[in-house]
Amino acid sequence: MTTEPTKTDLCETDEAPIGRRDRFLTRLWFVLMLLPLLCGMLLKLFLTPPSEGITVTGAQIYFTLSLPFPNLPAPIRDLPITESQVNSALVLLFLFFFCLFLTQGLRTRGKSARQVLAEFIVEKVEGFVSGTMGDGYSGFPPFVCAILMLSAFSSLLALLGLYAPTSDINVVGGWAILVFIMITRYKMKAGFGSYLKGFLEPIPVLAPFNVLSEFSTPISMAFRHYGNVMSGGVIATLVYAALAALSTAVFGWLPGFLGDIPFFQIGLPAVLSVYFDLFSGCLQAFIFAMLTMLYISLAAPEKESS
Amino acid sequence: MELAIALIFAACALGAGIAMIAGIGPAIGEGYAVGKSCEIIGRQPECKGSVTTTMLMGCAVAETTGLYALVIAILLIFVAPNLMGNKLVSLISDNKEMLKELAQASSTTAP
Repeated sequence: MTTEPTKTDLCETDEAPIGRRDRFLTRLWFVLMLLPLLCGMLLKLFLTPPSEGITVTGAQIYFTLSLPFPNLPAPIRDLPITESQVNSALVLLFLFFFCLFLTQGLRTRGKSARQVLAEFIVEKVEGFVSGTMGDGYSGFPPFVCAILMLSAFSSLLALLGLYAPTSDINVVGGWAILVFIMITRYKMKAGFGSYLKGFLEPIPVLAPFNVLSEFSTPISMAFRHYGNVMSGGVIATLVYAALAALSTAVFGWLPGFLGDIPFFQIGLPAVLSVYFDLFSGCLQAFIFAMLTMLYISLAAPEKESS
Repeated sequence: MELAIALIFAACALGAGIAMIAGIGPAIGEGYAVGKSCEIIGRQPECKGSVTTTMLMGCAVAETTGLYALVIAILLIFVAPNLMGNKLVSLISDNKEMLKELAQASSTTAP
């Protein structure tokens, strides 16, 4: 005996076949998803100044905006637009169109592979959040998933040869300050007076150390993430330089421009990049999200058992 | 002047080397943690997945102090010489006349 689904089970797109509009939109989001990454690679190709050899530097400043207040001193007035901000914006665009791509044409039956992936992601993150924070934090999965995806895809940008935004302390420091504001807000939920009193425990003499350990939370979170990704980038640059020197030593006798091609740079750095970019980047993103949830759930006042 | 530049570069290199002594801490701690987790897996093979995940997360958190030292060492090797060099170049170009007088004075008074 087949049970007919009730009217509330079917959504309106279940009845209609996959239309041309649906297919067009899916392909549009897919193309728009890959466009920021292509833009980033083109920007890197055309806007990097030619340099001799390989140098270890920070983010390259593309141009500097000035705030329209002529009275401010120069360091505060200038807003440098660096590689890390441009690449961060590209990652944001990529994630935006990725979400649109995954959720195009949702239906209850006959799900597409994209919808299965989207549901898998949502279920995993909700299980993760409720496993770490307990109940009563139902608003948190979107925030945690956003931090996780942003962090992971920013570190994975290094696979495309771009400058990863998480190699810049400013980007990671910004996220850590955001998390610190959230933790402080949850600590103040029990009242501002008890927040201040919390610094005096267990002994009032320890108050400066308590304040210091309060600030050490965002600093350590930012530094852990930034240090791991940046050291991966520095080691990759050094390995490229070493391989270029090695290939000049071994293949330098080839005539003309053939002696200048660094043959050893093909393939060997990719093995290192599996650890530094894939494993380390994703693990650090996961740990950043996990520590966010841990600190917030520790900061919230204990719920009184009813 | 060359002595000053050489001293600064030498101090940067020495400082970077001394800073990385802190790499011994996470190595010992994480090795101990991995040993403990291997012991537990040997005792209860069915909890291998969650023990491995927890161990990896704990190792990544314990890595932090080693990373503080690494960032300081990288800054000393790659950033400090450029900064010092730029400062010295600007100092020299600002005080060219004074340095010339000093050089003449030292050459006439040297025995």
